[in-house]
Amino acid sequence: MRHLLSARARLAALAGGVVLLTGCASVEPWVKPYERERLAAPIMQFSRDGLSAKHFEHVREVREGARGGTGVQGGGCGCN
Amino acid sequence: MQAWRAFAAMRRRPSQAAVQAAGLIGGALAGGVASAAANLPEDRANAMVHVYDGGGLRASGPAMLVRKKFADTVSLSASYYVDMVSNASIDVVTTASPYKETRKEYTLGADYVVRDATVSVSTTDSKEPDYVAAATSVDVAQEVFGGMTSLSLGFTRGHDKVGRRNEGFFDTATHWRYRLGATQILTPTWLASLNFEAVADDGFLGSAYRQARVFGSTVPERNPRTRSSRAVQFRSITEVAPGNAVRAEYRYFWDTWAIKAHTLELGYSRSFGDPWLVDWYGRYYTQNRALFYSDNALADTTYISRNRQLSTFKTLGVGAKMAYTVKRVPGNYEIKLNAAWERVRFKYSDFTDIRDGKPYEHDTNVVQVFVSATF
Amino acid sequence: MKTSMTSLFSLAARWLCAAALAAGASAAVAAATVGAAAPDFTLRALDGPNLRLQEQRGKVVLVNFWATWCGPCRKEMPHLNRLADKYRASGLVLLGINVDDDVRNATEVAAKLGVKFPVLLDTDKKVSRLYDLNSMPSTMVIDRNGRVRFVHRGYQDGYEDQYDKQIRDLLKE
Repeated sequence: MRHLLSARARLAALAGGVVLLTGCASVEPWVKPYERERLAAPIMQFSRDGLSAKHFEHVREVREGARGGTGVQGGGCGCN
Repeated sequence: MQAWRAFAAMRRRPSQAAVQAAGLIGGALAGGVASAAANLPEDRANAMVHVYDGGGLRASGPAMLVRKKFADTVSLSASYYVDMVSNASIDVVTTASPYKETRKEYTLGADYVVRDATVSVSTTDSKEPDYVAAATSVDVAQEVFGGMTSLSLGFTRGHDKVGRRNEGFFDTATHWRYRLGATQILTPTWLASLNFEAVADDGFLGSAYRQARVFGSTVPERNPRTRSSRAVQFRSITEVAPGNAVRAEYRYFWDTWAIKAHTLELGYSRSFGDPWLVDWYGRYYTQNRALFYSDNALADTTYISRNRQLSTFKTLGVGAKMAYTVKRVPGNYEIKLNAAWERVRFKYSDFTDIRDGKPYEHDTNVVQVFVSATF
Repeated sequence: MKTSMTSLFSLAARWLCAAALAAGASAAVAAATVGAAAPDFTLRALDGPNLRLQEQRGKVVLVNFWATWCGPCRKEMPHLNRLADKYRASGLVLLGINVDDDVRNATEVAAKLGVKFPVLLDTDKKVSRLYDLNSMPSTMVIDRNGRVRFVHRGYQDGYEDQYDKQIRDLLKE
């Protein structure tokens, strides 16, 4: 089975992620908790209703070859 | 002539865990509960009727979800989903006769909050006369960086029993899914997220009934017994004006069957006054065929399939969603009436409609109507 | 294939923990400093009159920053109501500072929760910035001399018992 991403590339990506995130330790959160009201509004949710999103994701996974990565846990067994 | 199904993939449903985790991430982040605690999901009850109608196949049924907090430490959820399938799609109609069947799915889940991390576990069971699927998931979502970032990790393992009508179960399939995600608050009106998912499948990965075509004659399809795929998705949502938000998503998918797919979705949401909330969106999807896919193979290869889900095709969809708040008592409960509709056009490049010899095209409509109550 | 995926996954898990630790450290930066004088402010109350923190000298003050869109804030309210009633006669002043953009939401929710102490409005977030809040809700207990003695970030079950004990201790001084 061929590798989809070489081991070196994977390690480099993760190392980069760690470096970026440890850099965050010296950066202060720039959006304060009391400034997050607008983000709490329903229009700012990626997915407002779990059951509805699950159904759409299931329909798409069945009809299309691609699956996953959507933040909605994909359905289907991958069979057809 | 053997009856077979084109929609055979209406098998296992996803478990609720990651969905709740995803929704929770957004809500918890926005709730501004920084570095102190994540929130348990709200109590809720949903009842839905869903309809899928496209390409000669109609699948509809009810779905419901109940979720409740217990002792303020754990939130339990249960959901029930039914698909009543009536199949007269192109594959069925050209090689067999239309059929009807019902699939039932049950999901149980539990969410637990530990300081600023949420752990969700769930299990799903799906049953059809010739396919049984069971899956278990674990998801962890952790808030970091003063609540501005939420990192999530998830794992699902599924095991299916594959059968054939009137013959019983003859094979199995196992699936593993690994998820990684990060959601980040960029400004008080801008949220972005990056998701990665790797899926591995092992076992019988095709349809027990579908036929492939070699030198013009039909043969049972032969699929590889393993498949491994990756998907990366980036999405962003911004409030462009009070009550107006714009959403954009892009996903790139690739797997060991040589399929590469791109998905692009753009959406606009708007709230009208207090009770109304409307979304409009457009979705474009394109993929190229699997290595062993062929409409009419001119060589007898180890693997051969004429599954149009693995062919080269594009889809263009438009959709609209609407939510009407029937009653809201802030901090107490809220009842909403929702409707969603999506119309998608499928255009296949290398799958022909053997009834007229032209590349196959069809439309699908997905409709959902549901009531949701949170309390 | 599966082993390389599980190793990728375990690596990611370790990365997640490292990130959480690194970020957790930065989030522990102090808001209002314990032991320092509480910055003075004047805010309008929901029912009209202005209220100045300095004028509460001689009394123990508990300041709670909250918002209608914050779940734990709403959960905490009944406990704060109880504390306000219990220690009002002994010299406790409980002030709720609301940071909603829209005052109407604050009015609606405060009425619904039956808030019995003054709700001050910090719509322009001036006082929130002054106190450099890094969590919602934020609760500060200020002694009779105007010094910040205790700071609570967020709300978890059991915090109200801590508030109770701290108020009692400060009232004895």
